Amino acid sequence: MSKNTLYDKVWDSHTVARLDSGQDQIFIGLHLIHEVTTPQAFGMLKEIGSGVAFPDRTMGTVDHIIPTLSQIRPYEDELAEKMMAALEQNVNEFGVRFLHLDSGKQGIVHVIGPELGLSQPGMTIACGDSHTSTHGAMGSLGFGIGTTEVGHVLATQTLALNRLKVKRIEVTGALGPGVTPKDVTLRVIHDLGIKGGLGFAYEYGGDVFDDMSMEGRMTVCNMSIEGGARIGYVNPDQTTFDYLEGREFSPGGEAWERGLSYWRGIASGDDAEYDDVYEIAGESIEPMVTWGINPGHSVGISQPLPEVDSFAGEDRKTAEHGYEFMDLKPGETISGTKVDVAFLGSCTNSRISDLREGARLMKGNKVHPGVRMLVVPGSQQVKQQAEEEGLHEIFTEAGAEWREAGCSMCLGMNPDQLVGAERSISSSNRNFIGRQGSPRGRTHLGSPAVVVSSAIAGCIADPREMGE
Amino acid sequence: MSTKRIEKIVGKAIPMPRDDIDTDRITPARFLKSITFEGIEKALFCDERENTPDHPVDNPAHKGANMMFVGKNFGSGSSREHAPQALKRFGIDVLIGVSFAEIFAGNCFAIGVPLGVASADDVNELIKQAQEEPQTRFTVDIRNAAVSYGDRVIPIDIQETRKAAFLAGTWDMLANLRGNLPRVEEVAARLPYVTNFDSEAQ
Repeated sequence: MSKNTLYDKVWDSHTVARLDSGQDQIFIGLHLIHEVTTPQAFGMLKEIGSGVAFPDRTMGTVDHIIPTLSQIRPYEDELAEKMMAALEQNVNEFGVRFLHLDSGKQGIVHVIGPELGLSQPGMTIACGDSHTSTHGAMGSLGFGIGTTEVGHVLATQTLALNRLKVKRIEVTGALGPGVTPKDVTLRVIHDLGIKGGLGFAYEYGGDVFDDMSMEGRMTVCNMSIEGGARIGYVNPDQTTFDYLEGREFSPGGEAWERGLSYWRGIASGDDAEYDDVYEIAGESIEPMVTWGINPGHSVGISQPLPEVDSFAGEDRKTAEHGYEFMDLKPGETISGTKVDVAFLGSCTNSRISDLREGARLMKGNKVHPGVRMLVVPGSQQVKQQAEEEGLHEIFTEAGAEWREAGCSMCLGMNPDQLVGAERSISSSNRNFIGRQGSPRGRTHLGSPAVVVSSAIAGCIADPREMGE
Repeated sequence: MSTKRIEKIVGKAIPMPRDDIDTDRITPARFLKSITFEGIEKALFCDERENTPDHPVDNPAHKGANMMFVGKNFGSGSSREHAPQALKRFGIDVLIGVSFAEIFAGNCFAIGVPLGVASADDVNELIKQAQEEPQTRFTVDIRNAAVSYGDRVIPIDIQETRKAAFLAGTWDMLANLRGNLPRVEEVAARLPYVTNFDSEAQ
């Protein structure tokens, strides 16, 4: 059993009770809510005559269903309009804070939490979305939950949870040029498998994480769940504190000093013990792209696609299904595969650093005529910052579409969707069948750099081979 | 909030071989645009079913089944409760598999759908039995943690504490959680960030 890790310290300090179910009742420091997974939960509150227990520790926004092109109400999609109206009514009725489109602060929940300083080290954070693991980058524990559990948090600010084991993932040395945090997370999932994290929280550490930006850490923590780990986190350090200082909901003045002392205290101790440790040499990681139908089906961009014989049992059947669905063959290389769509966005890679990296590579180039490219900032604040820096002009001059903030083409809940058997290169997090809205649509995951280099080339292309 | 004791489930089974069946496949995202779970069972595996003429869910031989046998890592990906809700509303009262994704398992417990874990060999045997003799009536015995058919008894693993909650009918956690509200206030008062590190309020 792990000892004295951040996970253990935060878990223990947030434990309300041991329940008869054997689970622990855990206090939730921040509850982020959005339109998709809450209407039934508010319905449950009405049914039992309960209010929201801690409205001040709850924050709402809208992200999954909003169109990124025209946001004029009522939305063309009647179902989307209905969900939006339900959320507006619920936050009003229950007195919950809400970052609406006119606030200038709306965005994908996992982008705005850190951006506003709402997500802080040593907190427990819950949201009805599996990518809540993102907030672990702040040194918090982020729990993705279902709708019934959203109801539990609304009514009691707590969850009934099973304690996880802790696996330390140590990435040593340094990353090579053109290799990004997205490649690190795809490599971790490649090595440990999409089931490797079941029952575990991942603690990321080592030189590569010490040197990584906060936004890079968010990308890695975001995809912990794709490896089966409900939680992923990085211990808070000076990089974390520098990021937090001066944000809207960060403490200020003397309170800032008290915050620092709490945050330093919750980091894993030098004597921390882990249930398991996995080590990767940073130098061995190259840009990664997925070829199949789950995020573990990935390959180094210069490597041949794996033989099906390298998979055992049912994994082999899944790999065969992946090759068939994606219309690819073992032994081929992924680069050179023609794409129809390039998507730069999602809670994994839509922050300002992602857009800067994309724009840097895009500058002076054109999107290939056979490719439709969408660039979708993760929040209104990211969009504004990008526009102040002129990034939007670089994208639009290259022929890409510059959109409003939202989840967009990561999942088929809004008008941004693949059509038919279109093939995309996407900076999002899931290449599941049907994920991008078309049952036959084919998704390749990669970093923002791979998305942009591929958009220019018209086929999957190694960003390290782009002329600068 | 109705809550009931769950001790034994008897019926036919739908075999769903293959690992890593994610919640986007169980309920594709475009069917999440609703403010209730009503009718969500219509979305169950709908894309797969459209493209697979002999999909197990549509096989008339499995009609009326109330359990499903699945592989490893069932329910991975998105946290959407729509997936277990669709299964439950379709009529699936229990799932037996090799392993389940963490969030999916929590959602199933929260809505009173027991999950039983068995070895890959045992699950393959169950899947084969349901495929070859779809009229087989299986019994999932929660108390004794076993699935049986004919003379065959296969042990399953059900987390001990969840098992107790199903048997006692206390799997709906909300009442338990609400009962501790005074203690929740105490824990909140001890956490310095709850007042944004304003010492006077501590």
